[in-house]
Amino acid sequence: MSRRKLNRRQFVAATAASSAVMIAAPYVRGAYAAGKLSMGFWDHWVPGANQASTDLVNEWAAKEKVEVSIDYITSQGKKIELTIAAEAAAKSGHDLIAMPTWWPHAHAELLEPVNDIMGPIIQENGEVNGTVKYLGQSGGKWLAVPACVGSQIKGPCTRIDLMKKHAGIDVQELYPAGSPPKADSWTTETFLKAAEACQKAGVPFGIGLGETTDSVDSAGAFFQAFGAELVNAKGDVTVKTDAVRQALEFYKRLIAALPPDVASWDDASNNKWLVSGKGAMIMNPPSAWAVAKRDAPQIAEQCWTHGFPAGPKGRFAPFLPYFWSVWSFSKNKEAAKSLIVHLSKPASIEKMVVASGGYDLPAYEKLTTLKVWQEQGPPKGTLYHYPNPYNHQTLSIAASPAPPKIAQQIYAQATMTKMCLRYAQGEKMETTLAWAEGECEGFMRS
Amino acid sequence: MVDAAIGEDTVARPRRAATRRGLRHALKRKSTVAFLLTLPLILLITLLVVYPAAYSVHLATLNKSMQRFVGFGNFEFLFKRDTFWLVVKQSCIFAITAVVFKALIGFIVAHFVHNIPAKGQRKWRGMLLVPWVIPPAMSTLAWLWLFDPSYSAFNYTLAFFGIGPIPWTGDAAWARFSVILVNVWYGAPFFMIMYLAALKSVPEQLYEAAAIDGANWWQRIWFVTLPMMRNIIAITTLFSLIVTFANFDIVRILTAGGPLDKTHIFATWAFRVGIEGSDIPLGASVSLFMVPILAVAAIFILRDVSKRGNES
Repeated sequence: MSRRKLNRRQFVAATAASSAVMIAAPYVRGAYAAGKLSMGFWDHWVPGANQASTDLVNEWAAKEKVEVSIDYITSQGKKIELTIAAEAAAKSGHDLIAMPTWWPHAHAELLEPVNDIMGPIIQENGEVNGTVKYLGQSGGKWLAVPACVGSQIKGPCTRIDLMKKHAGIDVQELYPAGSPPKADSWTTETFLKAAEACQKAGVPFGIGLGETTDSVDSAGAFFQAFGAELVNAKGDVTVKTDAVRQALEFYKRLIAALPPDVASWDDASNNKWLVSGKGAMIMNPPSAWAVAKRDAPQIAEQCWTHGFPAGPKGRFAPFLPYFWSVWSFSKNKEAAKSLIVHLSKPASIEKMVVASGGYDLPAYEKLTTLKVWQEQGPPKGTLYHYPNPYNHQTLSIAASPAPPKIAQQIYAQATMTKMCLRYAQGEKMETTLAWAEGECEGFMRS
Repeated sequence: MVDAAIGEDTVARPRRAATRRGLRHALKRKSTVAFLLTLPLILLITLLVVYPAAYSVHLATLNKSMQRFVGFGNFEFLFKRDTFWLVVKQSCIFAITAVVFKALIGFIVAHFVHNIPAKGQRKWRGMLLVPWVIPPAMSTLAWLWLFDPSYSAFNYTLAFFGIGPIPWTGDAAWARFSVILVNVWYGAPFFMIMYLAALKSVPEQLYEAAAIDGANWWQRIWFVTLPMMRNIIAITTLFSLIVTFANFDIVRILTAGGPLDKTHIFATWAFRVGIEGSDIPLGASVSLFMVPILAVAAIFILRDVSKRGNES
């Protein structure tokens, strides 16, 4: 049996030839050459809004040759939070997942930092608001990218006619469509007087004091307007302060002017209150107005979304952002980041905001004056001030500036609304404060 | 070499035959067959019950970020929290009150149904079981609308009689009443059907003998019906107590634990702490706290049942 020997020259020649072929040959990519990517997005309540996200993802997937699968996960029954918790425990699941408010911090150790893409996104879209930094950053590291889908401001949605008739306040004059707010007179004191006047007229403001987010968010913004912090940024319990006492006194007066059943309100109660025509104001994103437009157009025509009243320490409005985050156990992190960059392009954001009828809010300063908010109606311009286009109010979240992991407990346990209720129901101020202090001390565990 | 090979084969063959015979014998034994038939269920229970239970015990021993073993640290923390003891108290009130009323209503209705002529009884049994066969999440949504803070159908009706409005879910006492009422409405048919089955198995001769002895209606129930139903009552109560203690959907949908945490029970508070507050280990600890309470109840009730079994 003869055996041909390969000499050194032949070996070198063969290697060089095959290398040349490999380099020179055109790179042929398969249909899904860049792998697979799965994502869990928040299931939008606006019919057709998910389609905008699907179209954008498909557009990106076709360009990048990535096989994508999208799950739209509802927030009803906390399904999205349950999915996040399950994926974090299993260290397996979607590559990219939408996380509401506190969840990037809650799972900070399991998230892929996104500093590399946040820099260019901010450069293109403008600076993000303080709440997004507070919720999306940890130790200078970006944990997730703010998603416009699902992000919202829960400002006042007022009945123009009832407010003018019973409280003598023209909200369209305070917040004119197309121009900056002239709302210096719109303070917590004016707000209280208006609430009392509307209550006397039989159309009270509909502000919940339950344990769901709408109630907590309103209380949070009012507490901040008085400078009331239960836990400060350093993590010290600061319940027993004059600012907290002032906030509780304010709420005691307000509760007296609210419907008697607000203690049991959930996130749907205020929407129903507005749509039924029973009340002059609620604190909500424009979803209630959108439902009224469909079910009670005569009420929708009288709705105006605008800014919060200013308190002694400033004007604050609750901002609840969603984030797009990439798990550290994702198998295709680069593709996930590339998709987030695509979804964060101004054109993509505008497409998603339009699809949501103006409900979704981008967190970037250059994107708060899109046409959709100017055009929505009736009445025309009703959403003009919804995205806070003149930055005349500080966007915040209840329980901030406490360290996010502590703040999340204050928020989830609705400590602020419980304090307000306890005090308004006749408990002594110091007893309420002592109870809240005990609760906050319990939230410090790590 | 060859001899050795033949020798090995001759030794191995009878051994294999013996093994086959042993296997055949084992398969013929009733207990082996029974074990094999229940094996899929045992595996299923191991997968769906034992593993999650063991995993939750494991979770309950971790710190908040689930990175450090803290032993009983979470329980020590819970024992110092006022809200936790409020939840313990409320869970007991909720479960015991609901089970007592379910048993009472089930017992009364079972007697009514038992006395209906056989022809129409089936219809009544079917109708009375309806609350129990509707998924509780669905039926509780209907109750939520009836109790709605602003548009309660009950309040609307009561207003015609000059009563109300009643804050069904807005006031602590009414909210507790509402969640217990819905639980009783949902669970009473189960008691009814179990008690009805027990009533049907009481020999008619016992009632005849009691009648001859001059027993009245109450004496027949006290001295004949109740003693004959004792085991069923005990088992049903235990089963219902476990299920009611672990209830989640009714409270979650109706009040979500409010107002002011006054309707939270173990499962809803565990969800609040674990999922909404991102403190899974503490949530697991809260839900595990039910185990010793229910274990004590189970020991007492089952001991009583087996004691009576031995006596008879």
